[in-house]
Amino acid sequence: MSELETAPVPRRNMELLLLLLALAVAMGAYYLVGINSDEGLSQEFISQGLILVGLALVFHVVLRIWAKYADPVILPVTVALNGIGLAMIHRIDLAKNDNTAFRQILWTGVAMVVAMIVLWTIRDHRVLRRFTYIALAASVLLLLLPLIKGLGMEINGARIWVRVGSSLSFQPGELAKITLAIFFAGYLSSNRELILLAGRKVGPLQLPRSRDLGPMIVAWLVSIGVLVVQRDLGSSILFFGLFMVMIYVATARVSWIVIGTLMLVGGGTFAYLTMSHVTRRVDGWLNAFDPDIYHAIGGSRQIVEGLFGLANGGLMGTGLGNGSPYMVPLANSDMIVASLGEELGLIGISAIVLLYLILVSRGMRAALGSRDTFGKLLATGFSFTLALQCFVVIGGVTRLIPLTGLTTPFMAAGGSSLLSNWIIVALLLLISHNSRRPMLSGVSATAEVATKAPRRSHGLLESIKEHKR
Amino acid sequence: MNQAIRNTWIAVMLLFVLSLGALSYVQFFAAKDLNANPLNNRQLFKEFDLPRGAILVDGKPIAESVPTEGQFKYQRVYTDPNLYSHLTGFYSLTNSSTQLESVMNDELTGKSQDQFFDRMINLFSGKENEGASVELTIDGKLQKFVYGLIPDGTRGTIIVSEPKTGNIMAMASKPSYDTNLLAVHSSKQAASNMKELLTVPGLSPYRNPAIGNLIAPGSTFKIFDMVAGLESGKYKADTMLANPPTIKLPGTNTSLPNFEGGNCAARPEATFAYIVAQSCNTPFVKMSEELGKEPFQDVTERFGFGQQVEIPMRVVPSVFPQNPSPDELGLSVIGQKDVKATPMQMNMAAMGIANDGVIMEPNLIKQVIAPDLRVLSESKPKEFSTAVSKDIADKVTDLMRGPIKSGTAVRAQVPGLDIAAKTGTSQLGDGSGLVNSWITGFAPADDPQVAVTIVFEKIDFKTGSSLTSPNLKKILEAVFNQ
Repeated sequence: MSELETAPVPRRNMELLLLLLALAVAMGAYYLVGINSDEGLSQEFISQGLILVGLALVFHVVLRIWAKYADPVILPVTVALNGIGLAMIHRIDLAKNDNTAFRQILWTGVAMVVAMIVLWTIRDHRVLRRFTYIALAASVLLLLLPLIKGLGMEINGARIWVRVGSSLSFQPGELAKITLAIFFAGYLSSNRELILLAGRKVGPLQLPRSRDLGPMIVAWLVSIGVLVVQRDLGSSILFFGLFMVMIYVATARVSWIVIGTLMLVGGGTFAYLTMSHVTRRVDGWLNAFDPDIYHAIGGSRQIVEGLFGLANGGLMGTGLGNGSPYMVPLANSDMIVASLGEELGLIGISAIVLLYLILVSRGMRAALGSRDTFGKLLATGFSFTLALQCFVVIGGVTRLIPLTGLTTPFMAAGGSSLLSNWIIVALLLLISHNSRRPMLSGVSATAEVATKAPRRSHGLLESIKEHKR
Repeated sequence: MNQAIRNTWIAVMLLFVLSLGALSYVQFFAAKDLNANPLNNRQLFKEFDLPRGAILVDGKPIAESVPTEGQFKYQRVYTDPNLYSHLTGFYSLTNSSTQLESVMNDELTGKSQDQFFDRMINLFSGKENEGASVELTIDGKLQKFVYGLIPDGTRGTIIVSEPKTGNIMAMASKPSYDTNLLAVHSSKQAASNMKELLTVPGLSPYRNPAIGNLIAPGSTFKIFDMVAGLESGKYKADTMLANPPTIKLPGTNTSLPNFEGGNCAARPEATFAYIVAQSCNTPFVKMSEELGKEPFQDVTERFGFGQQVEIPMRVVPSVFPQNPSPDELGLSVIGQKDVKATPMQMNMAAMGIANDGVIMEPNLIKQVIAPDLRVLSESKPKEFSTAVSKDIADKVTDLMRGPIKSGTAVRAQVPGLDIAAKTGTSQLGDGSGLVNSWITGFAPADDPQVAVTIVFEKIDFKTGSSLTSPNLKKILEAVFNQ
């Protein structure tokens, strides 16, 4: 299946080199924040910096042991993003006399350790396919958790948090992103032939059979459900995008995208007309500079302040520690792109966007190289989710699209997001490792697919023909 | 399937291109408009990166912006901060700005009308806008002298002004504070410094006591009584008045005494001049019964009560009760109860009597000077109001010589100097036994050069009176022996 054969070279030394570069960038940012603030070089720089460096190097060693052939670019890019995010959170801490960076570094540690455990326990991503329906059940459970009285809680109008202990809060929806991707990859890799070959052709479109629309409708319902019940616009868009892209990749049919878009338009219009928080978002987007909307509670102040921040940064940026990103509400989480854009300028934020592009591209490269459908789907799903998340955040901050409360992967303050994105990175590393490692003669994945799949689809074709008769 | 992944990658590229495009639009193409948006607070922050004009006294800066490293390009630095804090106020990111730093902001940042052409030229030449400097009418030496006369730990204010121009030569108060503490760039530091300053009793860094504290004026209020009495025609300097040791407030059983330790008790009947000099109370209560409230309301309004005065900082309007009952009026005319005046208001009273009845608008600004030393604007004396006729003013002046010659202010006598003044003491009535101790007056009485107002708040009577008249003497000696 894979038409991209790469010579099996581990490239771990290359990774180490890039990792050192990434750490230099991250620590450099941290250092600049320190010397540009009136605090001088802080204790945090040393302690938090050492933790980041240590974790990254341990991760590198873990890859040397358990995923020798993994893509050498993914880890360094992720560490760079995480490190720059930490520096910016620390910078806003200094302005607000806060201590979010400390929690963020703890979460980074937890997330990276969990990612390493994932690497160690799973070894081969294909194991996950066995958990297709367990993943579905887990997704439903995770999405329902915040709705349980006493456990879930509402922050800023969205009911997507779960309280753990007294002060710890967690967004299970972030993890649901992973389990849903696993379910869809598993489901679609098993049933793609069925979905692919059945259906009626209308003009240039090959329409799916109504019963094959099932997963799409489930996806649509989950997204709408998240939007209506949990009032979380961002996750809703993200889930729907994830489903759409996975079905498209599984079937290569544009019809799915057309149907998906129609459903999105329908759902979006419905949401705009009936849900006040969506109406508010859209109005705040369209008329952001109307003073009435600007000053209204839940109005457009946040987005407008973000735009002012970006404009203040301009091309070159004010320099780390020299801008005033703390004037923007949620400067270290939802609006961290505006904070970075202000202090690093268009040039700096573009470099960060390119880092994301590299990360997503490497993920899709792993998908292309993957020797099994499940891996392809999973890697594409994860990569696309990352890309979509970046787009929704940056588009929201720049007023290209309405602002939704989504985190910027690896950078925004927030533990659940860090954890889930680091698990995604671990899985992408695993998939890339499996796609790039030397093929073993005999029982290889490719052989398995090559021998089994045609036989199975043949059988299906037969059964469809019989059915039609 | 790989083709679909490649297509997806192209879609992903499109998303990133859109993101980069949107960022470029906001940060490059729309940046100028966004920076100029009226909702944009960051312009205030930009101010901290521009050279702000200085505040000058005798040509020397008491507040200036010096280049600095760190978050902003300039740091506001105050020389003699405690001496001038209540005038300059502070220029702070965290705590906003106050006093002159606030009301003269347009001039100091170069945004005033007068600097329009400079701004246009800078726009084309690409030069940074520089703020103008503001020179005060304050006499630095005198300011330092009067500030030194207020003992640490007391709440005192001293104002020295020129009755003929309204220019304020000195205006100092204690407790004072170090304005540099609030001008620090670190918002954390500024906030904690402010918190600490707010714990100092009697100090609000946001308020200049000379123009912001409303205090019962006590017997200095009798200046207005003299005007009302003389204008009624029923009172002249030699009019004999009953001067009982106590008087029942009209319509009540409360009896009000003359000051026990004073000389009033010696004469159950005395001339108007005598009761002014000794500051007896009972004849004035009687006067209020006789004249009613209207003349008092009228006189106080002419002197500036209830009106907005700007020096250019806003002076809190002084208050005379709108609808006093006869007993309340009785207390009001001796400066107690609901009458409240700022030190500036009582200084205006002295200025008005000194200047033949015409009150000149009190003023702190001598001139505004452009960065290239051109004088952008120079303040000219302006009339605030004609409070009384010259005739009445002369008569009141004569009555006010009494306290200095042989009355409550003898300790202010300066040999060879003709002084007119009125003392005042108002009980706080809070059971503490403390008083507000006042004196306001001018010299020389026939050709007034200065009007001086001194007030100490919440002080025991003895300390208070030892700080008013004797300090008036010291100030006048300092002014006239220069």
